[in-house]
Amino acid sequence: MHLSPLVSHYGRQFGILLVLILLSLLLWGLSPHFMTLSNWLNIAQQTALNAIIAAGMTFVIISAGIDLSVGSILALAGVVMAGSLKAGAPVPLALLIGLAAGFACGCVNGLLIARGKLPAFIATLGMMSVARGGALIFTDGRPISGFSPGFRAIANGEFLAVPMPVWVMGVVYLAAHLLLNRTRLGRYTYAIGGNEEAALLSGVHVQRYKTLVYAFSGLMSGLAAIVLTARLNSAQPIAGMSYELDAIAATVIGGTSLTGGEGHIIGTLIGAFIMGVLRNGLNLLGVSSFVQQTVIGAVIIIAVLLDMAIKKRRI
Amino acid sequence: MKRPILEMRHIGKRFPGVVALEDVDFDLLAGEVHVLLGENGAGKSTLVKIISGAHACSSGQIRLDGAEVRIDSPRRAQELGIACIYQELTLVPGLTAAENIFLGREPRHRSSLIDQNRLNGQAQSLLDELNAGIAATDRVRDLRVAQQQMVEVARALSLQARILIMDEPTSALTAQEIAGLFAVLRRLLQSGVAVIYISHRLEELYEIGDRVTILRDGRHIATRPVSATSREELIRLLVDRELAELYPRVRVTPGPEALRVEHLSRNGVLHDISFRVHRGEVVGIAGLLGAGRTELARALFGADPIDSGRIFIHGQPARVPSPRSAIRQGIGLLTEDRKTQGLVLGRSVLENTTLPSLGAFSRLGWIQLGRERTAAAAWADRLHIRTPGLGQQVRYLSGGNQQKVVLSKWLCSHTDILLFDEPTRGIDVGAKVEIYQLMNQLAAAGAAILMISSELAEILSLSDRILVMCRGRLAAEFPADQATQEKILHHALGEN
Repeated sequence: MHLSPLVSHYGRQFGILLVLILLSLLLWGLSPHFMTLSNWLNIAQQTALNAIIAAGMTFVIISAGIDLSVGSILALAGVVMAGSLKAGAPVPLALLIGLAAGFACGCVNGLLIARGKLPAFIATLGMMSVARGGALIFTDGRPISGFSPGFRAIANGEFLAVPMPVWVMGVVYLAAHLLLNRTRLGRYTYAIGGNEEAALLSGVHVQRYKTLVYAFSGLMSGLAAIVLTARLNSAQPIAGMSYELDAIAATVIGGTSLTGGEGHIIGTLIGAFIMGVLRNGLNLLGVSSFVQQTVIGAVIIIAVLLDMAIKKRRI
Repeated sequence: MKRPILEMRHIGKRFPGVVALEDVDFDLLAGEVHVLLGENGAGKSTLVKIISGAHACSSGQIRLDGAEVRIDSPRRAQELGIACIYQELTLVPGLTAAENIFLGREPRHRSSLIDQNRLNGQAQSLLDELNAGIAATDRVRDLRVAQQQMVEVARALSLQARILIMDEPTSALTAQEIAGLFAVLRRLLQSGVAVIYISHRLEELYEIGDRVTILRDGRHIATRPVSATSREELIRLLVDRELAELYPRVRVTPGPEALRVEHLSRNGVLHDISFRVHRGEVVGIAGLLGAGRTELARALFGADPIDSGRIFIHGQPARVPSPRSAIRQGIGLLTEDRKTQGLVLGRSVLENTTLPSLGAFSRLGWIQLGRERTAAAAWADRLHIRTPGLGQQVRYLSGGNQQKVVLSKWLCSHTDILLFDEPTRGIDVGAKVEIYQLMNQLAAAGAAILMISSELAEILSLSDRILVMCRGRLAAEFPADQATQEKILHHALGEN
């Protein structure tokens, strides 16, 4: 009696995990360099950025919303943080400023959507342009480069032989998993996405929690900005272009429904890894980047079709 | 003797767990208006949906002009000349009247582009035939409801419909517009069209109806010529006495006042409503659809704003600006539509049960899963919710069990002023009895219950006092022992 909900709870990710495993086995067969520890650490490091943003996106999509502004917020948070570093702020303060910038942009999104009753698509489309413009104004269109080794260690350093961005990703997913499954924020996110009217009539403070969901997404963009800026040793106002599409793709591949109310954070992590493994594998095989783009798009479609077919059979 | 166009014999319809229609006979003569009468859930709409192809019947036979037919889709019904005009109009507001009338069947040029002139010309002649005073090029969104209805009728005529089904067509019309509609109907009847007419308004039945068929609990009760049937007889046929005696209310001596409402008004919806409910009391609210009962419950729950009036909770003046505030003050609302308002269907029994009370099971936003599960399990157990586990999505539960989950939401949050809006709608008899018993227990434990129901038997058997609403006002109030179905209907219909 207690087992069946457990199985259905984790069973939903099973299909997509199978896709990841099959894909890995295929690439193992095709390239001798694929199934090595160093390559997997490489994949994890390259996946981290998208995965962090997608964690925020998962909350947004579960609440039946969408956030198109994540890439632009990343750019804005990145240049604001870089500017404060250049102005002599100590690293911890600069990091806080970067995170706060992302969080603030997310709050504005949330307030526009929850209080202003704007459709999420419109509000975040607007923010996408506003934040991008803000980043360009702030930097006059030029990148801000050259930071202290201490700051760069955030991306280049290792701990127990694992690159720091992978640790950041791990902590983000642990926290996001707990938030989604163990806190009121998570519970209400599902309820609002599943049936906003019922949530409201059950006394859920819908406006507050919707705002928080977008604020969380903005915060994740801020965190991704730190990782990216440290890795490139440069903050670029044009960074993060089309990142929203990768994050949405990872979330949807991971089994989160765009209609809201269902989805799991671990699915999103697997989704991000499917995209990362694919890019890595195609690189190893020497496939041109034009072809890569086509293949990745096709795989997104096939993965979701497969996942839907598995879910349908279970019902 | 006119010939029957439509004959239905031994029609049965089963839904999982519910028998909606059983062995119903129905026929329709050319040129007549045949009125279908029955309480909510009596099977009227199921019967109409079978005729219009929206449902397939589980058993029985349908003949059209003497030949047996299968109406397996709305499209097939259309081909057979059956057209339906529902309460909620099904027009595209942004298109013109003409475009709506011929939607999907627009006259075309040889180039296959739409022939705008013929489209408007044909539509205009249909509309003129109806004396509707509408230009074919008017946008539907700019028309009044009555005019929109005429567009629907014109569409039915353009399909050469011979059977017109009208479901509560007058509920949103003024007296003048109703007269206009009836004039149109009479002209259609002369050309041989037959009308199946559903309405709760008895006066309309006498004005336009030729025969009336009464359904109750999915069974055919009687078919009579309207002119030879008195109002009293109709009400007696409508009423179900047996159920009223099946589930007696356990009387409790009422305690102190729990909820008092004084001169509550909401512009255009609720007018000057005053009443009180005591602990241990079940107060029933009867009335027709659109009488303002749901609106009253929503206003008390803070889901809709009020324009004037005062609310007292346990004797203290109170403000209820939001559902959140209502719940904090101990008010729970079991909504009329559990699927769109009461439950998050894709989430589990557990999560739905504790949704209003999650704060009590968490500390600093962190949910204490063990305590939460224990509480939810206790309510699921006490309410006999039949589910494979607390993790089961509520969408897979039966209607009765879903309703019990909604109830457990409010019990788990310890609300003791309970507003029940149609608590037994769409659930089977067994679950109904369980919910009745539960209401008895809750009242005995000191809860104050306000119950809206369209089933008179339910209102009569469960209430200590009965309020009757009509057009946004409180039309009457009876102690249970002085109320009869006839009296309630009388006031609900606004007959004085």
